[in-house]
Amino acid sequence: MNTPNPQLDAQGHLKHFLTIEGLSRELLTEILDRAEGFLGVAQQAVKKVPLCRGKVVANLFFENSTRTRTTFELAAKRLSADVLNLNISTSATAKGETLLDTLHNLEAMHVDMFVVRHATSGAAHFIAAHADPHVSIINAGDGRHSHPTQGMLDMFTIRRHKPDFASLRVAIVGDILHSRVARSQILALTTLGVAEIRVIAPRTLLPSQVEEAFGVRAFHDLSEGVRDVDVVIMLRIQRERMNSALLPSEHEYFHLFGLTEKRLSGARPDAIVMHPGPINRGVEMDSQVADGPRSVILEQVTNGIAVRMAVMSMCIGTQTLNSQGRGEFLNG
Amino acid sequence: MSNPDIRTPDPGRTELWKNAAEIDAAIARMVDELTVLLARQGIADPLMIGIHTGGVWVAERLHRALGLHEPLGHLDISFYRDDFTRIGLHPQVRPSCLPVGIDDRHLILVDDVLQSGRTIRAALNVLFDYGRPASVILATLAERTGRELPIAPDVVGLRARLERDEQIKLSGPDPLVLLRGQTPRKPAGKSDLKDARSTPEEDPRAGTGSDPETNRP
Repeated sequence: MNTPNPQLDAQGHLKHFLTIEGLSRELLTEILDRAEGFLGVAQQAVKKVPLCRGKVVANLFFENSTRTRTTFELAAKRLSADVLNLNISTSATAKGETLLDTLHNLEAMHVDMFVVRHATSGAAHFIAAHADPHVSIINAGDGRHSHPTQGMLDMFTIRRHKPDFASLRVAIVGDILHSRVARSQILALTTLGVAEIRVIAPRTLLPSQVEEAFGVRAFHDLSEGVRDVDVVIMLRIQRERMNSALLPSEHEYFHLFGLTEKRLSGARPDAIVMHPGPINRGVEMDSQVADGPRSVILEQVTNGIAVRMAVMSMCIGTQTLNSQGRGEFLNG
Repeated sequence: MSNPDIRTPDPGRTELWKNAAEIDAAIARMVDELTVLLARQGIADPLMIGIHTGGVWVAERLHRALGLHEPLGHLDISFYRDDFTRIGLHPQVRPSCLPVGIDDRHLILVDDVLQSGRTIRAALNVLFDYGRPASVILATLAERTGRELPIAPDVVGLRARLERDEQIKLSGPDPLVLLRGQTPRKPAGKSDLKDARSTPEEDPRAGTGSDPETNRP
């Protein structure tokens, strides 16, 4: 790699997980393989492994989230780490403390990992750049930029159903313009080498020049866009977009872009349907599809824990090694 | 690789230690000993569990020879190793798979090489996170010197007395052979390593039956 990637240490091991961008197919595959191992922990009577015992993980959520924060918390707990949940809106930041002061205070409490969600793009990179060298940062969503663990749990879910990425056609449907999830998915799908990525949305919800910029095919008609695809990924339509003149109304959106069984009928017979949640039933998709046999939406939630365990243990493993003087111990 | 003590041998200095026929004979002895032991303890329907990767290879053979009814379980101990803080994540992790509940069952835990005992310590911890077995019997293809924990096998195929910087490693799954080599250089600070190398000594306990195993170095 020519320019150093801030997520990797000198040996190319994952130290922070901020974005899919700049990570190799080998590293993404390593995350998926490791997640496979962690999936079994949920089958144990004691759903916990002692890997990160004694480590402290702080969930720093500057933006609301239930599912992501909960699955990060569960992932950390299943690794036997101790978890701090900081509700920033009601804590010191609300009293005027700066982001870096909050960070340094937590570092002084010997926190080993920060899981950060922030409404500003680049927030996780900023924190990683200013954090103590022994601390790992995981991006749990920053602005419109990136949500890499969501991207990876989607890749993991796809791979469990369709192991050969090179043969897949994947359609992403919805608000591509504002979606950090879509960006992470497109980067991951591209790196893993899928045959074709399609984005399907009204023109107002697609970035300009999306085809050239992202290497995808753009469609403005849902039935046409999902024809012969193996995977349909629905995105959440945020209600505030309805008020910003980008969309007419929920009813109108569903009428044109809501996923129904009928529209899905052009997809491959064994196509799977995904959604990062939470679903707006009757806006981006019909309940019949969301609860239907092709839906893997709840699997995504389960898989999210295993993928987050994989990423967290990889980062903590890298940090631990670097603090001990790596290399001497490793032999493959 | 199931044993944290056994590292990938230096290819330049690895040699055949036990050939396929010798391994077959050792496994046949283990089958006999297990049969006697199970009968003595009144265990009719044990569950067999192999530790990844070598232990699973040995367990597959034992499982077939003993004609056990329940499917073979696989155990990966990577998440329970005691050296995560020293060497980080193990490169290859395979999911553990225990197809049958282990609560109140009699288990036969199978590994390839027993050295420090740390793998078995970790394996027992994994098992107890799945349930509470009635008993656990430990069967290892090879037992070598170098125990660091109070763990003893119940059934052993081969025994070897090796120097600390020597290792044996099972290669498989077909044919199963045991390789012997030098442990790669250990990190500084481990001053207790011996510089002088000697050939492995014959362990007088080698082979447990009337036909003692010949340990040719």
